[in-house]
Amino acid sequence: MRLSTPIALAAMGGVFSERSGVFNIGLEGMMLFGALAAVMGSHYLGGPWMGLLGAMLVGGAIGLLLAYVSVGLGANQIVSGVGINLLALGMTTFVARMVLRPAGVEQVPAFQIVAVPYLARVPLLGPVVFTQTPLVFITLLLAPALALFLFTTPWGLAVRATGELPRAADTAGIHVSLVRYFGVIASGVLAGMGGAFLSLGQLNLFSENMTAGRGFIALAAVIFGKWHPLGALGASFLFGAAEALQLFIQTYNLGIPYQLPTMLPYVLALVVLGGFVGRSVAPAAAGVHYGREDR
Amino acid sequence: MTPRGPETAPGALPSVDILRMEGITKRFGPVLANDRVTLAVRRGTVHALLGENGAGKTTLMNILFGLHAPDEGRVLLRGRPVEIRSTREAIRRRIGMIHQQFTLVPPLTVAENIVLGLPPRRGVFLDLRRVEREIESLSRAYGLDVDPRLPVWALPVGMQQRVEILKALYRRADLLILDEPTSVLTPAESEALFAIIRRLVAEGHSVVFISHKLEEVMRISDTITVLRHGRVVDTVRTADTTPAELARMMVGRDVVLRLFKGPPRAGGPALEVDDLHAVGDRGLPALRGVTFTVARGEILGIAGVDGNGQAELAEVIAGLRRPTAGRIRIDGRDVATPAGRRAVADRLAYIPADRGRFGVILDFTIAENLALKAFHRPPFSRGPVLDRSRIIDHARALAERFDIRMNSVLQPVRQLSGGNQQKVVLAREMSGEPVLIVAVQPSRGLDVGASEYVLRTILEQRDRGAGVLYISMELDEVLGLSDRVAVLYGGEIMGIVRPGDARLEDISLMMAGSLRTAQTAAPAQ
Repeated sequence: MRLSTPIALAAMGGVFSERSGVFNIGLEGMMLFGALAAVMGSHYLGGPWMGLLGAMLVGGAIGLLLAYVSVGLGANQIVSGVGINLLALGMTTFVARMVLRPAGVEQVPAFQIVAVPYLARVPLLGPVVFTQTPLVFITLLLAPALALFLFTTPWGLAVRATGELPRAADTAGIHVSLVRYFGVIASGVLAGMGGAFLSLGQLNLFSENMTAGRGFIALAAVIFGKWHPLGALGASFLFGAAEALQLFIQTYNLGIPYQLPTMLPYVLALVVLGGFVGRSVAPAAAGVHYGREDR
Repeated sequence: MTPRGPETAPGALPSVDILRMEGITKRFGPVLANDRVTLAVRRGTVHALLGENGAGKTTLMNILFGLHAPDEGRVLLRGRPVEIRSTREAIRRRIGMIHQQFTLVPPLTVAENIVLGLPPRRGVFLDLRRVEREIESLSRAYGLDVDPRLPVWALPVGMQQRVEILKALYRRADLLILDEPTSVLTPAESEALFAIIRRLVAEGHSVVFISHKLEEVMRISDTITVLRHGRVVDTVRTADTTPAELARMMVGRDVVLRLFKGPPRAGGPALEVDDLHAVGDRGLPALRGVTFTVARGEILGIAGVDGNGQAELAEVIAGLRRPTAGRIRIDGRDVATPAGRRAVADRLAYIPADRGRFGVILDFTIAENLALKAFHRPPFSRGPVLDRSRIIDHARALAERFDIRMNSVLQPVRQLSGGNQQKVVLAREMSGEPVLIVAVQPSRGLDVGASEYVLRTILEQRDRGAGVLYISMELDEVLGLSDRVAVLYGGEIMGIVRPGDARLEDISLMMAGSLRTAQTAAPAQ
């Protein structure tokens, strides 16, 4: 549960951006920015909720940057996303060393674990599912809400159409670039939340490159979840479980070199992508820049 | 013929014409796509826009639909001047356009496609169930028979087109623009579409029907405006005209050629085509048993309205499309096998219709383009390495001989004018002293000087002893240049005539498919 949440948030962001037609390789970087922003927000602005807000704002701002470069300027989406990742790694490390370390910021106020009244007392499920930080519950509620948005509202329909056949959306009077800006910014906000969960929901501190590839696992979850918010959530649980398993193996020291189980989630991601990609179909126009003059 | 231009109907009530476009001019760079086009569409009628590909029909309608902004002119809708800057605005003004390429999103359902871009129906939700019911009743009212719950990818093309029509009707469009609607349909689907169009008009809708097919325009429209090179040739009532007259208007008579042409000295056969069959890109028959011979030293022109098999004929002969039946012999060699093809490759010159895509590589230099046909063997390469200085010397010599205006042979071809780009193609293709030249619309898009140069070069090659298959939609050009003319209609040759002997009327009738001559003019000896 705990391990799945950041992946799930980022993956739902990925769903949004790709449904609108932009491959968001930059999820990893957006998470990393979010993690740092959350720690700083929590420390300087007072409390984890401010940290979360900061992470969402920063994530959204990075989303805006990616949208401007890839949608506005029409740059290659893969290259610009990789650029975001490199920028994130460099800049968060820099800020952490120059600002946080001199100020002696380490542990910051973090989210407390809350137990849902009544439900938490259900045997077995109670302690596992209903005794968590608030972000977990937000994530669980967010997935169906996003699914409803995508599949039952006109705006969701506009997002899906834009990702499939922007020309059709354009002739139907939809502002293609605007929808894509929205999709990428939304994915930045969600990835930022995922980052906030990493730093405020688990360790209560920021460490360099603390996302450790979770943004990329989230990309795999997007595909495995067939570009559906609930699917992405389910896929994230799978990857979260794999990570839990590897931690378990490490903790109990079964005589296996720790490097092997650490690889587990990543190997799973590869296997899943290799085995299932053929069966799920990406939004047709994801990754393709749309310009009217190209028609 | 009764012209129904604006000047002849000054007293017309504004409400009679649902649409008037006056003096519309649109340029794309140096190309004049629409040149002072005036069009009046009466309410409750089918108005056909007839013209060859590139005549400016679609551009005109894209302007109406808010996809392009006109450089000059004005649009009056229901009697009031309007400026339509976006498709959204066009839709709001109750215009619906069914594009040649459908604008449907395949994984979405019919209903989702139809409500795309519309505001929510219940709270923030789409309420697809209600939409589906509405579409069903609309579909029944017009005899469209579409299930709104199916995903679009599962529907046949004809059904997808009906979804497009429903989409426009659902947005309350009463002026529908159909851009080449039958080009993707089977004959049976076209029949069904015509029935739907008649029903729409009977309900008071107005339809603009864009097409280059004479026969269907004659059948479905009330009024026809013929466009040519971006200009209106004439507007006529369908009842008052004939396919032959329309064909003549489409191909025009305004090109005056001043070519000094000696009598042909035809030699042995350069190209023999026997009972050739081929299918087009969509799998429908494009050539149905074409037989003819081109002698060395003569020009055989192929005349006809665009889309009657000309493109496929050129491609099959050039080896770019596989025939389904029949034989082709070039310089006496059967080219059905790869070996046969290779043997004549150097002696066949091909000047494709779309030089920017198939004639030259725009981003390569002039020198590279000139060496394209033989770069892989001496003298242009030594072993695996290109001999750059030889390639450049060769290019300089050809540029001199063919008068290519440029700064340097190392310039990319993209920077040249259209005429000079075509000279690059000519220089490359003619330098091998070809036995057979296949030229498709070689003067298209060129100014008078450049096109005269191109035609003169082809004449020189004929006098040198090459056989020329000259394919053009410009009737006057074909008649002026060719020694004999074959008329293609529906993938068949309607007759082969000598331009001097045949009456223009007969050629027009053949182009419209209503005359077939049994006798075939033989090459002059």
